[in-house]
Amino acid sequence: MSLLNINNLSVILETNKGPARAVRNLSFRLEKGETLGIVGESGCGKSMAALALMGLLPERSKTEGQIKLDGQNLLEKDDQEMCQIRGNRLAMIFQEPMTSLNPVHTVGNQIMEPLRLHRNMSESDAKVETLRLLDRVGIPNPQARFDNYPHQLSGGQRQRVMIAIALSCQPDVLIADEPTTALDVTIQDQILDLIQTLVREEGMSLILISHDLGVISENTDNILVMYGGAAVETGKTEQIFDELIHPYTQGLFAAMPKLGRAKNRRLVTIPGTVPDLISMPMGCTFTDRCPLATEVCQNTPPPVVEVKSKHFVACHHLDEARDRKTEELFS
Amino acid sequence: MSVFIAKRVLTLIATLIGASIVIFLVMEILPGDPALVILGVDASDEAVLALTKELGLDRPPLLRYWGWITGILQGELGNSYAYKVPVWELVEGALLITIPLAVMSIFLSIIFALVVGLYAAANHNKAGDITLMGISQLGISIPNFWLAILLIMLFAIELRWLPAGGFPGWKDGIWVCLKALLLPSLALATVVGAILARITRSSVLEVFREDYVRTARAKGLSQRATLWRHVLRNALIPVLTVTGIQFAALLTGTVVVENVFHIPGLGSLVLKAINNRDTIVVENVVLLLATMIIVVNFAVDILYAVIDPRLKAHDI
Amino acid sequence: MSEDQSLTFFSRCLRSRSFMVGGLMTAFLLVCAAISLFWTPGSAYDITITNRFLPPSAAHWLGTDQFGRDIASMLMTGTQNSIVVAVVAVSIGLSIGVSLGLLAAAKRGWTEEIIMRLSDFSFAFPAILSAIMLTAILGPGGVNSILAIGLYNIPVFARLTRGTANSIWTREFVMAARASGKGRFRITFEHVLPNILSIIIVQATILFAIAILAEAALSYLGLGTQPPEPSWGRMLNEAQTLMFLDPMQAVYPGLAIAIAVFGLNLLGDGLRDVLDPRLSRKR
Repeated sequence: MSLLNINNLSVILETNKGPARAVRNLSFRLEKGETLGIVGESGCGKSMAALALMGLLPERSKTEGQIKLDGQNLLEKDDQEMCQIRGNRLAMIFQEPMTSLNPVHTVGNQIMEPLRLHRNMSESDAKVETLRLLDRVGIPNPQARFDNYPHQLSGGQRQRVMIAIALSCQPDVLIADEPTTALDVTIQDQILDLIQTLVREEGMSLILISHDLGVISENTDNILVMYGGAAVETGKTEQIFDELIHPYTQGLFAAMPKLGRAKNRRLVTIPGTVPDLISMPMGCTFTDRCPLATEVCQNTPPPVVEVKSKHFVACHHLDEARDRKTEELFS
Repeated sequence: MSVFIAKRVLTLIATLIGASIVIFLVMEILPGDPALVILGVDASDEAVLALTKELGLDRPPLLRYWGWITGILQGELGNSYAYKVPVWELVEGALLITIPLAVMSIFLSIIFALVVGLYAAANHNKAGDITLMGISQLGISIPNFWLAILLIMLFAIELRWLPAGGFPGWKDGIWVCLKALLLPSLALATVVGAILARITRSSVLEVFREDYVRTARAKGLSQRATLWRHVLRNALIPVLTVTGIQFAALLTGTVVVENVFHIPGLGSLVLKAINNRDTIVVENVVLLLATMIIVVNFAVDILYAVIDPRLKAHDI
Repeated sequence: MSEDQSLTFFSRCLRSRSFMVGGLMTAFLLVCAAISLFWTPGSAYDITITNRFLPPSAAHWLGTDQFGRDIASMLMTGTQNSIVVAVVAVSIGLSIGVSLGLLAAAKRGWTEEIIMRLSDFSFAFPAILSAIMLTAILGPGGVNSILAIGLYNIPVFARLTRGTANSIWTREFVMAARASGKGRFRITFEHVLPNILSIIIVQATILFAIAILAEAALSYLGLGTQPPEPSWGRMLNEAQTLMFLDPMQAVYPGLAIAIAVFGLNLLGDGLRDVLDPRLSRKR
């Protein structure tokens, strides 16, 4: 049994213009100690999938499918039961460290909160543990920082505090949703390294969500590529980078700026924009922007094919996509 | 923190001086001859001259202002022209009614606002929320002195539960007095409470959308614990601002409502003084009321800093 | 404004329930005041002791008061009084306050500092307090209440104008206008004022409601409109002594005030939705 088993998860948001399927039939597994990267453009449903795991979706939304943690379906649990799991077995780091901490409470108090809640620590024990955690996430002089308010810390330090909060109860799964997007480039690698190290040392599983294929490739064992709420390609990281198959993955890779590339090469872009979730085609979500799209893509959901061992691709035109070079697809 | 408070205290003093100058200018310089105002236009020249001397109005304005302020600092407000007694004697008794009335009203409005605002926010867009917000919109539109009259008709005349007006005096016991102040403070608190309830609701709803609330939920805090520990304190900041602004309306409301209930507070005193052309009483009562408004707003400023640590950082 | 835009403006008006209900209530008020200029069902002034305390009838829709005056007519005529006081008072606040606010935003520096510090401590003098001072030295009268309410409105408008104008001054199209060499005065009238107009209109509507409330309170205290001129506040004052005899007399004028204030508040809310959809979304 996998630690986390997502089966046919769909998230439907009720909007003023009608229901929007933010996540459609998403399935994946996560083993203990494994790291999974979810990659896709903004609005592809990756954050919604993460919030669904945490049971923190916005009010006007509904979920279908299963989210099994150790065999128990989280979607069947009520809020009280989810409160036992959130912050305890599942923890999450958010994109915006500047606004994710409460401005009116000290940093120390905010880290102590989950310790007191889930680990039933006394005030003094929680403080000792908080100081240890602050030190662990690389914040110098924890004793002084304990009584600081968030506005007295830099963005990178705040994200370290968020990591300390997430780690405080040694969760089974850590979900990091674009943890470095809002930070300075110089800080980004430090934070990613920190997450990487802590996850490895604590033996946690990690779901790292990013729009940046580079970040994902360096930090994960497995990759899941999402587009328009659906998974288009999954597999082992090195396998996928060995052969990018789905036209969207190829486009994403081509759009990545690379060091050492000839200066006069133009940066590749995928034409068009992410489609409106409400007016998504019946079939493959990438149809409108795909250079290989035909009528069948528009109307029939693509089959999920295991190309190699555990490397799955959802595409109607698999052979064509494998034959063509990325440069030919997007130029 | 001490720098912050020192700055606020300086602003407080400057504002008080500014307000006293405005009052002095309006009351003693603008009309030309206060003695004439007191005695009326058909007074004889001799009488006016005598009164001018008696009031010290023949002295230069700057000296008179100085005399007024130093007098106040020593508890010397001068003598009422109409009653021939020290103004302080008149004011003291009135203050002991107006201040409890104002405190009771603001207390009631805040309780009302928190209960209604939180309930409405928790039931966002449900029937309870919509009904309460409709009622509060009505509450804002009702003049407090009319509400006071309606309350008298219902609770004093129809049901005979509470006195229709008057004030027994504190020596008759606290309960009788609080009973006499209950209807007036209800009339005052309804309007201010309705305004504050709407602010509380929208402020709580807004804070619930903040990222740090999601963080709190991600820690495993229940909806209720999140509300108490993370939402309420942040949501109180705008509520506090509006409470400060509304205090001025509430205090001038007491002036009106005291007259509805014939309660001998500052409002009744100042109105009687106007009718008696007792300008010296009016001048001092207005200064007192303005001072109360200024001091409450000062207190609100300090409370801000207690609630929101970011403010202190800005000021240092 | 192009035809397309005006159409959406019109449909936004129709779609906003606050705007429609508030607008209708306000219109009702204006119509009452207009009709009362040349016709009322009875007389709001004639004192006929034999007619006192008449119950409602075809001749006296809401009955008569202790002097035999027709209550419905007094209410209608009282509408004029409330509207005139509110219009003049808000106009005083609007013209002076908005000018000061625009000046502060255009000049910055010391001008702004002085204007803002002055409006800062004006919060200590709400309309009723100013009216008390003015009445004490000038004697009671309708003009005092207008003056007091108008004075109170000045800093409210000044602060709002300066705040919103400042944010306009940092926008790109103002930068462009400055770069093209337009003066501060011209930019204020060509770019700043048109862009803050909708916010000022909304505020004016709400202050209009507050002015009606304040006028009623002052008249109730005897500091505002003087008899025999009918005013809602005055009527409440007189009715209060008759609460045992004829309680309904104390109900009608209050209801009139509440309807006026409620309608104007709704209209203000509605205008906010209609004139500036961006603002309403935040609420």
